[in-house]
Amino acid sequence: MLAAGGSVSASQIAPIAKATTTRFGRWLLVGCGVSVILVLIGLLIGTTGIARSLTELRHPDSEALTIFWQIRLPRSLGAWCAGALLGLAGCVAQGVFRNPLAEPYLLGTASGAALGVALCLLSFDSGVFSIAWLGALGVTGAACLGAAGAIVLTLALSRGVVQTASLLLAGVVVAFLLSAITSLLLLTKPDIWLSMQSFLLGSTALIGWFAVLLLSAVLGVSLMVALALAKGLDALTLGEDTAQSLGLSLPMLRLAFLGIVAVTTATVVGQCGVIGFVGLVAPHLVRQLFELDHRRLLLGSALSGGILLQAADLLSRWLLQPSELPVGAVTACLGGSYLIVLLWRRNRDA
Amino acid sequence: MHKSSPPTHALSCRGLSLGYGQRLVLQDVSIGIERGTWTAVVGPNGAGKSTLLRALAGLMVPRAGVVQLDDKPLTSWAPRARGQRLAWLAQAVPASELRAYTVVALGRLAHGHWLSQETARDRAIIERVMRATGSLEWADRRLSTLSGGERQRVHLARMLAVEASVLVLDEPTTHLDPPHQEDIVRLLRSQAHGCGVTVVSAIHDLSLALAADQLIVLGASGLIGQGTVAQVLERDWLSVAFGEPVAVIEADGQYLWRPRLGEPGA
Repeated sequence: MLAAGGSVSASQIAPIAKATTTRFGRWLLVGCGVSVILVLIGLLIGTTGIARSLTELRHPDSEALTIFWQIRLPRSLGAWCAGALLGLAGCVAQGVFRNPLAEPYLLGTASGAALGVALCLLSFDSGVFSIAWLGALGVTGAACLGAAGAIVLTLALSRGVVQTASLLLAGVVVAFLLSAITSLLLLTKPDIWLSMQSFLLGSTALIGWFAVLLLSAVLGVSLMVALALAKGLDALTLGEDTAQSLGLSLPMLRLAFLGIVAVTTATVVGQCGVIGFVGLVAPHLVRQLFELDHRRLLLGSALSGGILLQAADLLSRWLLQPSELPVGAVTACLGGSYLIVLLWRRNRDA
Repeated sequence: MHKSSPPTHALSCRGLSLGYGQRLVLQDVSIGIERGTWTAVVGPNGAGKSTLLRALAGLMVPRAGVVQLDDKPLTSWAPRARGQRLAWLAQAVPASELRAYTVVALGRLAHGHWLSQETARDRAIIERVMRATGSLEWADRRLSTLSGGERQRVHLARMLAVEASVLVLDEPTTHLDPPHQEDIVRLLRSQAHGCGVTVVSAIHDLSLALAADQLIVLGASGLIGQGTVAQVLERDWLSVAFGEPVAVIEADGQYLWRPRLGEPGA
């Protein structure tokens, strides 16, 4: 059964792999093109109508310039970056937990961020000295800190990263616990509950150039680290024993990947609140189209996450013009219906 | 200890106790596996074959005792170096969405650098092992679209791609039909006798296990013994292990397990 000849040319299998690569490369290019077009469309959509925006774009006055360059452009770019971060985090989470239902918030980040924001708003409201410094930190910082705190709590509860099952469980427990605390805090202050709502549904409305800079910097770094470690995720698909036997240090690998999930989600939550479904759906979208290793799956997830949130942002601005829908509600509708289609198709094929 | 003489045991353990949670599976096991031999681990269900193999491959932390790879405690090996020296094949491997080729290429993980693409040498090795296991024609298929037996052969190729000097396999013949089981056994034997690789595997099919050089026999109460097939048969360890008489016949120079269907059960 062993091949008689020792040296064999690799010509037989290489072309097939190349075909997938070419197809994926073309898809990446198209995705980038779509992103650019969506940014351009994003310039046109706002409280003023599209027709007026078009005229203003041709003959801009200073007010229009401010709207285009200081409000709409950073908002579109920021939405793309935030979506890409969520897509990346979702792909990493699904890979490291070997669970297609894993999503970026599974370490308790969303509830932690919500608690941080609630504390922040409460301290604005009541002026309690002990937590007054939270107000100075701002809602963004509070959300980020809350998310980071939740992750630390989750890791402490599961006693590190040795067992993924206990990590998942700890994440669920922390999420419930922190949400309960948030609800209790807000029981007495119904007006804060209302302003919390926009945060919990997610919003891309407040993204400025600073946020774009921050989001893109985090995206660049975390994408590079994730791509460098992508073969570890490939190995994990074969089970933890096999991955370990291939010479990987699982604790180190998990720590690195959970670090990526933590940093990316904390950043996004800090800038635009809790936007659901993007991180869950983006990797599935890519997996439906290609059979890919994780290096390309990560890239594809980031790109499709970016496009998804950018499109959702446009819809949220456009559907009820001149008022706005919360972008989180739009992503939930888009992502949720896509998952239903996926489920329906799988049941039909099974 | 003479430093000049090469270590005789590729893989060995002393005083090994293994368990999960409250349950102790094996206690005080000491065995030594000689270089360039094929050793089969046999015993009834639940005797701890998989547990022993996982410990020998360094995939679980023993309660007590030590496992040595090339006369050096397994715990003192760097993960990467161990990954080059010892390859593992699990009994049940999840259905990955990766292409078969990508899976086999993962076998080269411990050899290359994280960021590096596979070299021409890697590709040649991957193609050779895929051809040897008869899995080359599925190179471009997703693992999840392959049948159990086809998948098993891809994983076998993945393990061979490591080019390790010690192979530890948990039930490599499980999902295969009999002629392909034979192929696998022939492949393992040629790895041991032709390439000097040390092979340890659990094998459920007794007739196949009896083709090994050495047997490690596990019973319900732990390790019964280790020896050549002739020694094991002479001492009737298989009957002890399974708790009822096991009949073995010799035909054409090989041992065969004979089901005792004609006789009423004891």
